[in-house]
Amino acid sequence: MIRFDDVVKRFGDVVVLDELNFSVAPGEFVTLIGPSGSGKTTILRLLMTLEKVTSGQIFVDGECLSHMQRGSRLVPADEKYQRKVRQRIGMVFQQFNLFPNMKVLQNLTEAPIRSLGLSRAEAEERALELLELVGLTEKVNAHPSQLSGGQQQRVAIARALAMRPDMLLLDEVTSALDPELVAGVLALLKDIASSTDITFLCVTHEMNFARDVSDRVLMFDHGQIVEDAVPDKLFSEPDHERTRTFLRAVLERG
Amino acid sequence: MFDNIGLFVETISKGLLLTVEATLGGIVIATILSFVFGLAMLSRLRLVRAIARIYVEFWRGTSEVVQLLWIYFALPVLIGYQIMPLVAGIVVLGLNFGAYGAEIVRGAVQSVPKAQYEGCIALNLTPAQRMRRVILPQSLVEMVPPFNNLFIQLLKGSALLTMITVHEMTYQAREVLITRHVSQAATIWTIVLLFYLVLAILITFGMRLLELWAGRLVGRKPPQRGLLSALRSRRGRAAAITDAAVAGIGHTSDRSGGDR
Ligand SMILES: Nc1ncnc2c1ncn2[C@@H]1O[C@H](COP(=O)(O)OP(=O)(O)O)[C@@H](O)[C@H]1O
Ligand SMILES: [Mg+2]
Repeated sequence: MIRFDDVVKRFGDVVVLDELNFSVAPGEFVTLIGPSGSGKTTILRLLMTLEKVTSGQIFVDGECLSHMQRGSRLVPADEKYQRKVRQRIGMVFQQFNLFPNMKVLQNLTEAPIRSLGLSRAEAEERALELLELVGLTEKVNAHPSQLSGGQQQRVAIARALAMRPDMLLLDEVTSALDPELVAGVLALLKDIASSTDITFLCVTHEMNFARDVSDRVLMFDHGQIVEDAVPDKLFSEPDHERTRTFLRAVLERG
Repeated sequence: MFDNIGLFVETISKGLLLTVEATLGGIVIATILSFVFGLAMLSRLRLVRAIARIYVEFWRGTSEVVQLLWIYFALPVLIGYQIMPLVAGIVVLGLNFGAYGAEIVRGAVQSVPKAQYEGCIALNLTPAQRMRRVILPQSLVEMVPPFNNLFIQLLKGSALLTMITVHEMTYQAREVLITRHVSQAATIWTIVLLFYLVLAILITFGMRLLELWAGRLVGRKPPQRGLLSALRSRRGRAAAITDAAVAGIGHTSDRSGGDR
């Protein structure tokens, strides 16, 4: 369960998120759409604790990301507290962010061993299962630099899953891929979404995919939610003119 | 005019071991200090950063010669204990070049893309795990070329040890040979130059191997050429070494620190 409570995020004078309120239920697949610069990435980065809120609060399973209880007071979260909350959240980046100094297998086992405390054998077993799931069993000993973009993104997805997250944040995970590789990665994500009860928060410009897999779609503009609806409604008969013009623009672009 | 070459080579060779010892000792200490203070400069703690900054500015900003004379002649008066010349020399070379090396390490660590830090956070690694397992290994490949320059500078700097009576190559030439064969100074000093050149080439060769290894660590393919031609190196690298020799070490380390 994710909840944003009057979240404001400013970079200098630029207001990126403006008193944002929304929540995501456990197991829900929520897609964020909206024009570039509308604050979608910032939302995911706030959740992943890569950025700090300017004001307001974000709750993950009832625990505040930015503050913790000390005695009867709320104090800014320390590293240890953040690591505990963060444990439930995984993220897949547009540019994959694989570790180039590790082979594929080690990319998948490093964090489970060091962060979750799994034994090497357990971590490798889990890694091999996940590589099978993403269809890259034969690349187990490859370096990330030897893989195509699509393969790297599959590894990145497997790497995030290896941490057994309750929630997965996807930031335009197919935007950096060659067109012919996009479908495969999307199919994989759909497969994962339907076979697990992971909560998804997904930023994408792939509208067919969003319509296909989402339980709910949030349309953003200027750091605010313009429209919040089930995909059939939002894509077929949006209430807002802004949503309509955005969807038209995306469709025209192809 | 070439009668005495055998004698000259032999005499200078007697200093070779000390030059090598001073250089290797200096390299070991400089490398350790480079990592310690380079990482300290990136610490989240202000005090740690300040201490590292003071170390770097002090050893980089004072004359190497005076540092050497101070440790050898002044320090013993203060502590009442005479340090062996070679040890004093190694310590000064290490401390001095460690200050430049710290900037190299800092720059290389900072050159690792921010995305790698974020990948680590998303996987919930601790800051220490992040540095040790992800960031440092990736920064090594950036460090090796500037360290190559630095180590060659250090080798050449070891000639200063002649001033505190370390009988290394330059001492052998100046104090032993020139005094007796002053008319053949040109021959003698040419031989000394060639000795330093060979040592510098050996350092470069070793560092090229290290660079290939560090490159493989981050999945970079080794160049198609063999090792020997790799030694001759890309134009850029060769030019950088020449630049460093001409412009002095501060310039080189500034540039490597500021890369990307
Ligand atoms: N680190 C930053 N510093 C300053 N401005 C930023 C930073 N990150 C994002 N922004 C600004 O915040 C706005 C929202 O960015 P982002 O969340 O990336 O939007 P989206 O993902 O919807 O394209 C943009 O105007 C962007 O320029
Ligand atoms: Mg974005």
